[in-house]
Amino acid sequence: MKRAKLPADAGVGFKPEHFTAIAQEPRPIGFFEVHAENYMGDGGPPHAQLTRIRENYALSLHGVGLSIGSAQDLDRDHLVRLKSLCTRYQPESFSEHLAWSSHDTTFLNDLLPLPYTQETLLRVAEHVDQVQETLGRQMLLENPATYLLFAESTISETEFLAEIARRTSCGLLLDVNNVFVSATNHGLDAAAYLKAFPLAHVGEIHLSGHAVTQDETGAPLLIDTHDTQVADPVWALYESVIARTGPIASLVEWDDNIPAWPVLVREAQAVQTILDRARRPAAA
Amino acid sequence: MMSITQSRFAEALLDRTRPVPAEVTSWTSSEPVRRYGVYRNNVASGLARALAARFPVTEKIVGEEFFTAMARDFVLTHPPTSPVLLHYGADFTGFVADFVPAASLPYLPDIVRLEDAQIRAYHARDIAPIAPDVLMRITSERMSGLSFRFHPAASIVRSAFPIVTIWSMNAGLLPLAPIEDWRAEDALVTRPELSVVTRQISPGSAILLLALMRDATLGEAFDEALQADPDFDLGRNLAELMRSGALVDIVAEPSLEA
Repeated sequence: MKRAKLPADAGVGFKPEHFTAIAQEPRPIGFFEVHAENYMGDGGPPHAQLTRIRENYALSLHGVGLSIGSAQDLDRDHLVRLKSLCTRYQPESFSEHLAWSSHDTTFLNDLLPLPYTQETLLRVAEHVDQVQETLGRQMLLENPATYLLFAESTISETEFLAEIARRTSCGLLLDVNNVFVSATNHGLDAAAYLKAFPLAHVGEIHLSGHAVTQDETGAPLLIDTHDTQVADPVWALYESVIARTGPIASLVEWDDNIPAWPVLVREAQAVQTILDRARRPAAA
Repeated sequence: MMSITQSRFAEALLDRTRPVPAEVTSWTSSEPVRRYGVYRNNVASGLARALAARFPVTEKIVGEEFFTAMARDFVLTHPPTSPVLLHYGADFTGFVADFVPAASLPYLPDIVRLEDAQIRAYHARDIAPIAPDVLMRITSERMSGLSFRFHPAASIVRSAFPIVTIWSMNAGLLPLAPIEDWRAEDALVTRPELSVVTRQISPGSAILLLALMRDATLGEAFDEALQADPDFDLGRNLAELMRSGALVDIVAEPSLEA
């Protein structure tokens, strides 16, 4: 099975708005990541741009519509579309989410939460196996940002992810912003979550911004918005992870309220600085 | 169990009259209305934003607030059936036509139709248009039997309203101004290379092209165009068509091949 192998550098999500700036002022970006579903048209500018990006940079293909956490079977047509994108662009990595987004024939367009039980563990492991067999490569599974819990859950999220990785040999995508959002939303300690996270399986890290709101009891309710800069506590958690793991491919996700290219580059440079620091021998 | 949980969770996302699913909880409350509401809002606003990205001129005409309200109504009653949203909203035209608050803008559904044609052209298969001078190499006696193969990006949008002018003004291609000459306009949408082009064509030209797209021969299509416009200029129209990038091939009738 082909393993995910993104360079251990800072990457950014590719936005068509930035294509001209990227072409005119090339920067040493470690890799670009795209949402697979945006490149499932037949042709036109999206494929022309992605072809150019692919020629010059490492590429991460990130799915947002496979619904791996669904009780129902995976959409075979969608798997075929993913396979043909992987064949065409040969990305260094393919990743998806521990979440579901389709029910019956309806696509709900959000990463919805699932209970963590023996039943859901079995189902998700089957789906991850099916994805890896179809694509002929290892996939990375991302920890979700969640806003509520299920009374029926019997397994912690970190144990759940560790067990999926063990059973399927998939890698994990650690979204540090999601860790902070979920931990805050469930009254838990993000550092303790990271201590329990199976870091040895992590092939990529995501960083992004969130919004701060409250629930009806006045408790903080953070929303994973991807529309602003990475928050300070998330930077601190990220540095603590990199100090433990050494450099890992790390992506700045900024999908809404998209900034000018230099702003995104600055955010990526801040990530690269942390990665480069971890590269130096500790004694130096 | 997993399937029942997801059914309840999914149904209440789209139907806001349903209560928060009994299976969900939180550390602060066993009935986390606002927390479940984050998912409800993500679904409706995410899909409404996807529609706004597909129909930017429609949004500009009615304003963001009106568009969002209309789009949220649409997405909850017509949620997508595919995780690929590039073509989501093909039935938005019909919804807008029946949307009572938009009734004072009778041309709006045709603008939606035009933007749908444009986005289809944007994502259409890449294929090189025919060289503009191909027609000059065909002898005139064979002309009437020719049939035409269109680029997958090419389509015609006919309207009883000046949709090309309205669209161009709101897309920033023409200055915004009162439209003195309020009349029917037809559009040819193409994407000869990577840029989508929308150009106004005459009613006769629209009839000719629609007939050719139905696989009529040039002779048959010309007859249809002449019925609508006795002064229809075939030579000029063919020259424009050859330059438009809307064609990928011209085929002679088999009987004339020999």
